[in-house]
Amino acid sequence: MKVGLFVPCYIDQFYPNVGIATLELLEKLGCNVTFPLNQTCCGQPMANSGYSNLTKGCDANFVSNFSEFDYIVAPSGSCVLHIKEHLKDTDHPEKAAQIRKQIFELCEFLTDILKINSLPASFPHRVGLHASCHGQRGLHLSSMSERNEPSFSKPGHLLSMVKGLELVQAERPDECCGFGGTFCVFEEAVSVKMGKDRIEEHAQNQVEYITGGDTSCLMHLEGILKRQQSPIRIIHIAEILNSSISN
Amino acid sequence: MITHAKEAEKFNKDEARVDWHDDTLWFVRQKRDRMAHNIPEWEQLREKASQIKNHTLSNLDQYLVQFEKQALANGVHVHWAANAAEHNQIVFQIIQKHGFRKIVKSKSMLTEECHLNEFLIGQGIEVIDTDLGERIVQLRHEPPSHIVLPAIHLKKEDVGETFHQHLGTEKGAKDPQYLTEAARQHLREKFIAADLALTGVNFAVAETGGIVVCTNEGNADMGAHLANVHIACMGIEKIIPRQADLSVFLRLLARSATGQPITTYSSHFLRPASGKEMHIVLVDNGRTEQLARTDFRNSLKCIRCAACFNTCPVYRRSGGHSYHTAVAGPIGSILAPNIDMRKYADLPFASTLCGSCSNVCPVKIDIHDQLWKWRQILSQEGHTGTAKATGMKLMSAVLSNPDIYRFAGSTGRWFLRHVPSLASNSLNPWFKQREMPEPPKESFRDWYLKNRKKPKGE
Repeated sequence: MKVGLFVPCYIDQFYPNVGIATLELLEKLGCNVTFPLNQTCCGQPMANSGYSNLTKGCDANFVSNFSEFDYIVAPSGSCVLHIKEHLKDTDHPEKAAQIRKQIFELCEFLTDILKINSLPASFPHRVGLHASCHGQRGLHLSSMSERNEPSFSKPGHLLSMVKGLELVQAERPDECCGFGGTFCVFEEAVSVKMGKDRIEEHAQNQVEYITGGDTSCLMHLEGILKRQQSPIRIIHIAEILNSSISN
Repeated sequence: MITHAKEAEKFNKDEARVDWHDDTLWFVRQKRDRMAHNIPEWEQLREKASQIKNHTLSNLDQYLVQFEKQALANGVHVHWAANAAEHNQIVFQIIQKHGFRKIVKSKSMLTEECHLNEFLIGQGIEVIDTDLGERIVQLRHEPPSHIVLPAIHLKKEDVGETFHQHLGTEKGAKDPQYLTEAARQHLREKFIAADLALTGVNFAVAETGGIVVCTNEGNADMGAHLANVHIACMGIEKIIPRQADLSVFLRLLARSATGQPITTYSSHFLRPASGKEMHIVLVDNGRTEQLARTDFRNSLKCIRCAACFNTCPVYRRSGGHSYHTAVAGPIGSILAPNIDMRKYADLPFASTLCGSCSNVCPVKIDIHDQLWKWRQILSQEGHTGTAKATGMKLMSAVLSNPDIYRFAGSTGRWFLRHVPSLASNSLNPWFKQREMPEPPKESFRDWYLKNRKKPKGE
């Protein structure tokens, strides 16, 4: 199984450990993983700001990097959703269409494609899960609190395989953290308030870590946690699922 | 220029009050969840409602004509208004024809949209809002902050102070029962004295020519039954084809709005009582224009339940007034730019695109997708500012070229490591209440080249 690893730009630049954990985890699970060296960004920062007309360069670059794989996997629900919904390439429409079908967020790839039932991971900590909106409602990684539907959680299922991990549910299981791309600076006051409220629920649960599938949300929460000098740390779910290797 | 971000920042100055506002509306969202989750066919009901509305919008011309014909046959006067000004003029002419001075109103977001109250008061007419929440904000000379719960931004202490000033209740009184009783006595006088009652319309049935008004306070009924003339004002999108369709919408409306199985009063008005007069004003005011916008037409499915307000994490933490439009919240943010793109260019950006609004919508409007689509239009039409456009072009140039991206990345990280004050300063909105992420020495790609880039074939 040829897997192309997509490491979103801000993870590449600021959170390389998330990329490393994702790569090691996929390799451990028997995937033949390649990181195409000329990848940059999915184009979402422009598109969500109203400038989808400026994503042609990113789109073409994405297609030229990722058209040779069985699957494309990324440790980010948000970037994956953007590709699934908006990747276009007028020169290679069939390649873009193929990529939109082949790309998976890490948790859904592990549960739906690899269908793993066990992991040799160990993470003896009390952990809160932040359900990032684009993974949650866009990719439907978990049942959504608004809908009348059977309860499930792909990230929760994966974390249940980790030895020693104690998962504590937040009171509002899928409320937004307020990151929202450029929203986090253009609507700074509301963005930070939303983040503080998410953190407060996890703090009341006395978690040691807040995890999730999107580093962007976690980066926002981390910024607030550090300003508050909170002992709570953030960790991407890939780092937990890969923890027996890196620890 | 008023913007949501600036108003929201002011609202957030009092954090305890933001918490209270958030909790109050979250409580309503939870009530809605309990109702929705107890109906096994809830998702099918939403789909059914969505289909009925889609069908109606596709055949709106025919249903409107059918409705008019039936209403006329019932002895109702029917008026058509192309815009807010025409609507206000029509209402005023009816009042003038009878030489009336005093009118009572039950809740109508359409008349808020048309600024009818200001217009009529300017003509010397006494206009009294009879919905308790609306009366409270009217006394305070404020617009409603929520389409179902107009005074939800106020605490009982605020209401006590307002009533003390205007209704002569005891200073410092905050007992809800005492305050409600004072409002009740006050409104009774107004009901009895009113010459004419104006109501909104929740549903207008093409098949029968009848209208349905949903309230919890019975104020629409009391107004309409006591006065000799009843005017019902409605946007043209309020039409549904058949009486039987109400069985879908009435089940969804109150459950979505307040978590009640049904509103206390679902009042059906078909024809005027003997010796009385009934008018219906059908208003376009930009709706046909919205209908012609393929990507946004289905925003006209809205039944004004405000479930999207209550679930919106941004609305709960910024308050209705920060949206500076009659209909606030996520639905208001996709409706308002249709009326005035420049004035409301900020609203589609007052969202994280979390998608919760679309999930609670009882008629399945793809609200968050429409917010995204409005952003595209607003930037193309030049309503997002030159600074942002320049920044986005620069960002696009960097991210489109792998060499420039890598150069910018490593240079940027070098500066952040060696001159952190470049980003960690008061000009950076991120840094105001958040620390910057720690820039690592090497990118993932750097690590990969060192650790994985082995000779071909490994």
